[in-house]
Amino acid sequence: MTVPVLEIRNLHKRFGSVEVLKGIDLTMQKSDVVSLIGASGSGKTTLLRCVNLLEDYEEGVVAVAGEQIGYVERNGKRVRLREREIARQRAMTGMAFQQFNLFPHMSAIRNVMLGLVKTRKMSKDEAYATAESWLERVGMADRKDHYPGQLSGGQQQRVAIARAIAMNPQLMLFDEVTSALDPELVGEVLSVIKGLAADGMTMLLVTHEMQFAHDVSNKVVFMQDGRIAEEGSPDQLFYHPKSERLAAFLKNSKF
Amino acid sequence: MDYDFNFAAVWRDFDLLLSGLGLGLVLAVVSIAIGCLIGLLAAFGMLSRHAPVRWVSTAYVSAIRNTPILVLILFTYFALPQLGVRLGKIESFIVTLAIYSGAYLTEVFRSGLVSLPPGLREAGLTIGLTEFRTKILITIPVMFRNVLPALGNNFISLFKDTSLAAAIAVPELTFYARKINVETFRVIETWLVASLMYVLACSIIAALLRQVEARLAIPR
Ligand SMILES: Nc1ncnc2c1ncn2[C@@H]1O[C@H](COP(=O)(O)OP(=O)(O)OP(=O)(O)O)[C@@H](O)[C@H]1O
Ligand SMILES: [Mg+2]
Repeated sequence: MTVPVLEIRNLHKRFGSVEVLKGIDLTMQKSDVVSLIGASGSGKTTLLRCVNLLEDYEEGVVAVAGEQIGYVERNGKRVRLREREIARQRAMTGMAFQQFNLFPHMSAIRNVMLGLVKTRKMSKDEAYATAESWLERVGMADRKDHYPGQLSGGQQQRVAIARAIAMNPQLMLFDEVTSALDPELVGEVLSVIKGLAADGMTMLLVTHEMQFAHDVSNKVVFMQDGRIAEEGSPDQLFYHPKSERLAAFLKNSKF
Repeated sequence: MDYDFNFAAVWRDFDLLLSGLGLGLVLAVVSIAIGCLIGLLAAFGMLSRHAPVRWVSTAYVSAIRNTPILVLILFTYFALPQLGVRLGKIESFIVTLAIYSGAYLTEVFRSGLVSLPPGLREAGLTIGLTEFRTKILITIPVMFRNVLPALGNNFISLFKDTSLAAAIAVPELTFYARKINVETFRVIETWLVASLMYVLACSIIAALLRQVEARLAIPR
């Protein structure tokens, strides 16, 4: 049996005294595309952020390619890894954010190159060529010297996706990457993600675009109050919801 | 009023005034450079997770900001030697001005840092940069560009503050002006010329700073 790209077991996460993840289990194999859906505040973002340790977690295991993220067991004690180790582990996954978060003082191509040079230790030339081909791939090659402030939201998001993908991550995390976009710009970003899915990229995504989630995923996970309330194939979840809550949620999200 | 203007006495020593102006600029540039480093450290200190680090930074900023700069200058120059720290006039003044500007720049940098979107740092982390490299490559450069106008204003007032170095006989513009004044009794002429030199220098610096700002500004 192959090692899962992502394995989450009994994940618990608290903010102070409030528990927002209450025991999550989720396994993804290579080329899986899993969509997380659920009401606001159900913990979708927090779950993604635990996978690359933008949030620490208190209990359970998050493992990428068989390697536990963020912590090791030493003499029965759970110890946080050192900064360098965590940085290395973070680069095993890539993330695209709702707000794009491009580096505003760098051109599009320099945004993509930064991680290649600093983390992947590529030469400038190699990084430039790699970055250029990924910008080409997301349809942004002609804007490679533009700064983020000179690009539309959809264009910024495509550069941000190129920046993450160029790092050749084992797993891509997408957190509502179209929510901040004007409606007419949503399509161009979704089609980039569909292309990545077709290429076999392993992806975990939070989205409110239900039609897109249905089309692109091989599994959909419905979260509620920090737990996985229901999961299954897109057809199963969208057309044959088992719980009242999911049925009500789908009704409200105009699928 | 019929006063006979006579600038000859001032022109005779104009080269002294010019060299004084030059020294003032050097003092301001060196001080603000050191002050930037101090301010950056203290700004991160104020945002530190560790309470004692925050306390030290806050204490530094409020102590300096609540002390008149002339008192700081005199303290460093006259009191520190009693405590065994012996510095030359110019070194002493630069140390004072650097510590002084550092306190003001701390606030500039701190507010620059907190106004950055948190996602900027997180984006750096997700591409595998350490916290330190994220600061060096992303947060500090972006913050720095955002606060350039405030930094420029600080530099201009710092340059004007170099006139206070006359109090410990550092030979800058004000020091020479006072010297010429005392030697020639051409009071109005001397201080008129000195004032104009400050005005002109500040205007030129301001114009240059605007060009630098425009060049370094984040394109949008
Ligand atoms: N930094 C934080 N500090 C304290 N509480 C937080 C923090 N971040 C999130 N929470 C809380 O954790 C819960 C889960 O939030 P999360 O952002 O993961 O929800 P979400 O499912 O992504 O919601 P949305 O659809 O609105 O993005 C919420 O109740 C939220 O208020
Ligand atoms: Mg969210």
